[in-house]
Amino acid sequence: MSAVVESHDHHHGPAKGISRWLFTTNHKDIGTLYLWFSFAMFLIGGAMAMVIRAELFQPGMQIVEPEFYNQMLTLHGLIMVFGAVMPAFVGLANWLVPMMVGAPDMALPRMNNLSFWILPFAFGVMLSSLFMEGGAPNFGWTFYAPLSTTYAPPSVTFFIFSVHILGASSIMGAINVIVTIMNMRAPGMTLMKMPLFVWSWLITAYLLIAVMPVLAGAVTMMLMDIHFGTSFFNAAGGGDPVLFQHIFWFFGHPEVYIMILPAFGIASHIISTFSRKKLFGYTSMVWAMVSIAILSFVVWAHHMFTVGMPLAAELFFMWATMLIAVPTGVKVFNWVATMFRGSITYETPMLFAICFVVLFTIGGFSGLMLAITPADFQYHDTYFVVAHFHYVLVPGSVFSIMAAVYYWLPKWCGNMYDERLGRLHFWLSFIGVNVTFFPQHFIGLAGMPRRIPDYALQFADWNMISTAGAFLFGASQILFLFIVVKTVMGGKKATPEVWEGAQGLEWTVDSPPPYHTFSTPPLVK
Amino acid sequence: MSGYEKYYVPDQSKLPIYAAFSMFVLIMGAAGTINAVGTGDSISKYVLYFGLALMGGTLFFWFKQVVQEHLAGLDSTQLNQSFVYGMAWFIFSEVMFFAAFFGALFYVRTFSVPWLGGEGEKGLANMLWQDFSPTWPLLTTPDQGSMYNIPNKSMSFPGWDKMLLWLPLWNTIVLLSSSVTVHMAHINLKANKKKKFNIWLGITVALAIFFVGLQALEYYEAYAHYGLTLNSGIYGSTFFMLTGFHGFHVMLGGFMLAVMLTRSVFYNHFKPGHHEHFGFEAASWYWHFVDVVWVMLFLFVYIL
Amino acid sequence: MIRATHYMLMNRLTPFLFVIILSFMGVDVHSQWTDINMTEGVTDISRDVFNLHMLIFYICVAIGVVVFGVMFYSMFMFTRKKNPEPAKFDDHKGLEILWTVIPFLILIGMAVPATNTLKEMYADEEGDINIQVVGYQWKWEYKYLEDNVNFFSNLTTDQDEIYNQVPKGENYLLEVDEPVVIPTGKRIRFLITANDVIHSWWMPDFAIKQDAIPGFINTAWTVVEEPGIYRGQCTELCGKNHGFMPVVVKVVTPEEYELWVAEKKEAAYQLALLTEKEWSLSELMLKGEEVYAKNCVACHQTNGMGIQGIFPKLAGSEIVLNNKSRNVEILMEGVQGAAMQSFANQLSEIDIAAVITYTRQAWGNDSDGDGKIVVPKEIVEYKENKNNI
Ligand code: HEA
Ligand code: HEA
Ligand code: HEC
Ligand code: CUA
Ligand SMILES: [Cu+2]
Repeated sequence: MSAVVESHDHHHGPAKGISRWLFTTNHKDIGTLYLWFSFAMFLIGGAMAMVIRAELFQPGMQIVEPEFYNQMLTLHGLIMVFGAVMPAFVGLANWLVPMMVGAPDMALPRMNNLSFWILPFAFGVMLSSLFMEGGAPNFGWTFYAPLSTTYAPPSVTFFIFSVHILGASSIMGAINVIVTIMNMRAPGMTLMKMPLFVWSWLITAYLLIAVMPVLAGAVTMMLMDIHFGTSFFNAAGGGDPVLFQHIFWFFGHPEVYIMILPAFGIASHIISTFSRKKLFGYTSMVWAMVSIAILSFVVWAHHMFTVGMPLAAELFFMWATMLIAVPTGVKVFNWVATMFRGSITYETPMLFAICFVVLFTIGGFSGLMLAITPADFQYHDTYFVVAHFHYVLVPGSVFSIMAAVYYWLPKWCGNMYDERLGRLHFWLSFIGVNVTFFPQHFIGLAGMPRRIPDYALQFADWNMISTAGAFLFGASQILFLFIVVKTVMGGKKATPEVWEGAQGLEWTVDSPPPYHTFSTPPLVK
Repeated sequence: MSGYEKYYVPDQSKLPIYAAFSMFVLIMGAAGTINAVGTGDSISKYVLYFGLALMGGTLFFWFKQVVQEHLAGLDSTQLNQSFVYGMAWFIFSEVMFFAAFFGALFYVRTFSVPWLGGEGEKGLANMLWQDFSPTWPLLTTPDQGSMYNIPNKSMSFPGWDKMLLWLPLWNTIVLLSSSVTVHMAHINLKANKKKKFNIWLGITVALAIFFVGLQALEYYEAYAHYGLTLNSGIYGSTFFMLTGFHGFHVMLGGFMLAVMLTRSVFYNHFKPGHHEHFGFEAASWYWHFVDVVWVMLFLFVYIL
Repeated sequence: MIRATHYMLMNRLTPFLFVIILSFMGVDVHSQWTDINMTEGVTDISRDVFNLHMLIFYICVAIGVVVFGVMFYSMFMFTRKKNPEPAKFDDHKGLEILWTVIPFLILIGMAVPATNTLKEMYADEEGDINIQVVGYQWKWEYKYLEDNVNFFSNLTTDQDEIYNQVPKGENYLLEVDEPVVIPTGKRIRFLITANDVIHSWWMPDFAIKQDAIPGFINTAWTVVEEPGIYRGQCTELCGKNHGFMPVVVKVVTPEEYELWVAEKKEAAYQLALLTEKEWSLSELMLKGEEVYAKNCVACHQTNGMGIQGIFPKLAGSEIVLNNKSRNVEILMEGVQGAAMQSFANQLSEIDIAAVITYTRQAWGNDSDGDGKIVVPKEIVEYKENKNNI
């Protein structure tokens, strides 16, 4: 791919002062806002995780009451999922998708800014519920009825509405991405020439549009049950609490792939760059993501194997879930094949990307184990599940985001980060994350339920180790913050290409790129 | 690269953050008001009104600006295409929203209600609700009305003899014909027949209002004479949620059409010769979508 | 200069560090087997499940060895230094088909035994003994459907242990006042449901985990051969004390079981006699405090102050102070749609009378209120009146 960039029409740059950020319509500014916001949320959600881990350091109740523990648990899950990981990916999409497809901006720039600004308000509402009477939501991030309806604290109403506007934000963001990709590609960039990150986001956006409204439907039914006398989730009126779970997981399972598909895209770019080799199996990578997305709509009830579904349903959902291992495997094999006979160096982004592949695969394996229904009867709602999803989410999604930041940060701000500190950050995180979450497999198998503030004595040792790891991991993220700030402030200037052999339109423009990148589309051959 | 038009990237705008802020005020007000039902808290209500006003104002200025940009010819064919995609996927997201409620309806009809009544694989549940036997429409509840109010009549097809008094049938006729009239308006718009366009569009808006009126009448009947309320167990719940959200979307769609009518009649927008009329088209797609949802409702809520 | 060597060292060390850390994780898996792996359990089904678990685990390990093997090999052999000129290939049809088909076949290999085990677990029929299990916030009720025996099973771990005032006992958090008792060799069917929110009844040693869903009934069955005491926990988030509602099953020989049933019936009879007795205020207070500590503190707190916004305070509550009949009614019927459940079945008439008396006397309520106490006979009358309607 090569590109011709005509840069005769660089109209005005960014506005001055705070208004640049508040009123912006520029995809780069909005991307930056998203990324900083998500990082702030990561710290807040992480601080809540630290409360959780500190309480679990030893058996017995030490620092919080069970009621507050549940609030921490709920907010941690919600904030990490909706506040940290998803916005980070949207931020990356904002920065990268227009540059990668050769567009001047996102297709609908004003709506783009709206999508962002909804988030601080939505999370403001959610966090403020901590100070409301009865406390914050305390029913887990999955908010199963009737714990979240009849038995919920009053703040649940605020929670419901904030989910509504969060959903609106995600839907608008997804529409924007789809329209940008479908309508704004530079001439010559056919779908099958698109960079994989763009592909991954196209598919993610479709998932978002399909499932966020369903989540909105679910919380709406909750609202009606709580305040307006309906009985969707109450057997006394002919409804069913399990109905809530079906609707929730119809959203929830695609949601977890929303949090991993962009990561797949990122890993593909980075591994190929640092192996100095073209990505192996581009076409099968695309089809693998498409299959994962399609399958993700028919596996939701694997979260509900113990609710007592009829046998046929249990079997169907088990088989369908297992199938997902096939396309995911294709991706893993392709990454390995990309590295095979490459010419590899290990800069920080590559370290994170390799670690992503390895640890995500481990998380995938435990996912596959969970998919085996009879075994899931033993695993379900234990720390084995917690271990599974933190493996796919922390060294999975979060590491991919960090890899992306190291990889593209020089492009964004024009300065190289400090490679030595970057590697230090990587190793601390790598060790921290494994020490935190690997032992959780053991305590889960040994029988420790999740979502409990206190536990029986046989789980004490591993919990202590896990907590130690968590604090190590948490502390090393302060280093990350430091590195990023340092890089933004200054440092060695980056070349336009930044990485030797990096492919794609974003590397053809200056680092940092002009405020409006491709006001005239480049020609892609 | 001949024929390249510059893609319009708007300048900085205050509207988005105002819109986000109005949403914030709106939900704080709404949640506060709902939580305070029965406690006589007065502030939240005003927060809610304020939020609604803010939201309405922001949207007004936002759309006004888009229309002005359009009239100023700032939008290229490509930008119009973006709007087309955007609207299409927005409608798809609405489809999924309704899918959640239809899904709930199918679930309770095929699973939970029969199970509670002792049928099917999980029929053991009937142990807990011994006097309950399932029917659809559900004119009783598993708890025999101790917590929910049992309706005395359903909204389903009353039989051929009483067919003409059956409101949903009229609703269907009204809405289906409005889909035709809006299409007629579109044809005339494309043929540059401004006057006919106005007339057909006017008829459509009138039909929309008529539909909402009929629906209101139906709800009145339900509450006043049938004892069928939101509180009537799962039949009432699904009935009112599905028809209610549909009705809400009819109002929204009708409002959009009314705005188009106003623009056409009073501001002489949609001028002949100007070939992009996306505002109107978007509204009419939305209208067709609302119509399709009604057909599904008619089938699954009223007939089957 | 220093910087450059440092980089080179890092470059060379990177693959090693990866391998070392990952193999650590591998070693861990084999150190102390029982504490870190799933229990084999004590039933045929639980052993099947365990074997299935090990099978899929080993398959995953094997796949991991192959995939990571190739990956680490590449990381060692194809560094910039050793292989400065990268290869040019970027696809290979045959290979891609192969690594789509092989995993698929492996999956079929897993799905077959999994399906069989699942079918067996679902082969559910009426048991020799049928026990209805009902989850409450935060305790379990067991009803023996044939024998008309029923009782509640509460956590007995002391608050002082939980709050680290005294050393923790061996079965910390896994001990109850009354375990559910079942005989060996009989087919037991559990009919699992809940009264308020969703709970989940988990007995790892039987490989049973079924959600207790209010308004619906899930079933599970087991046959246990070995007598013993088996422990599990509630595994669905059910509110504040979700971590404090253990499941304990005591498996005994059929003879012992018969004896136990007989004892239970006798105890119920004795209790009925006690109700007739004249109770003094101090006796009621003593009893009431005990009942309160066991059944009410979870929500209304030891000091009767509740938790603002969720659980109302009883100290100074209008109902507790001055509305005796409503007070009785709340205890007997619960409050619809709130966590306050009916205690009519889980507490005896004596206990209910005592706890009402206690709440009307404690925390200074005696000085503000109408001072009316409640005796067991009144509760009996309440029940009789209700039956007559
Ligand atoms: C990024 C998020 C993410 C991702 C990618 C996944 C991926 C998968 N998940 Fe996970 N999952 C979660 C996030 C995620 N999950 C979360 C958050 C929860 C808990 C929610 C809650 O309750 O709070 C959860 C819970 C969860 C459960 C419910 C457990 C329970 O509550 O009892 C199950 C059960 O089937 C499951 C399965 C899977 C499977 C099969 C995959 C597959 O996609 C994995 C596929 C990958 C591989 C298999 C590895 C690579 C493949 C190869 C190397 C090929 C060869 C391999 C074989 C043939 C075996 N997950
Ligand atoms: C993307 C999602 C995501 C991410 C990134 C994380 C990150 C972490 N999670 Fe999270 N977690 C979830 C999603 C996520 N989690 C979900 C969905 C649940 C289920 C909730 C439910 O059951 O409803 C859950 C539940 C959950 C539990 C189970 C609680 C229970 O069941 O009782 C635990 C326990 O260890 C835990 C721990 C951690 C830790 C230690 C991190 C760490 O990786 C966090 C590290 C980050 C920081 C620490 C922030 C950075 C540093 C600072 C702010 C400086 C201060 C630092 C120090 C004082 C050291 N999480
Ligand atoms: C699972 C939590 C829970 C437990 C256990 C519990 N309660 Fe309650 N109780 C509540 C809730 C919630 C309410 C408020 C109900 C309402 O009016 O909405 C309540 C209300 C009451 C009231 C009425 C108070 C008022 O002013 O409205 C009394 C009296 C009462 N409980 C007594 C008891 C006694 C005695 C016990 C123990 C035998 C007990 N409760 C156990 C949750 C609980
Ligand atoms: Cu009961 Cu958790
Ligand atoms: Cu899932």
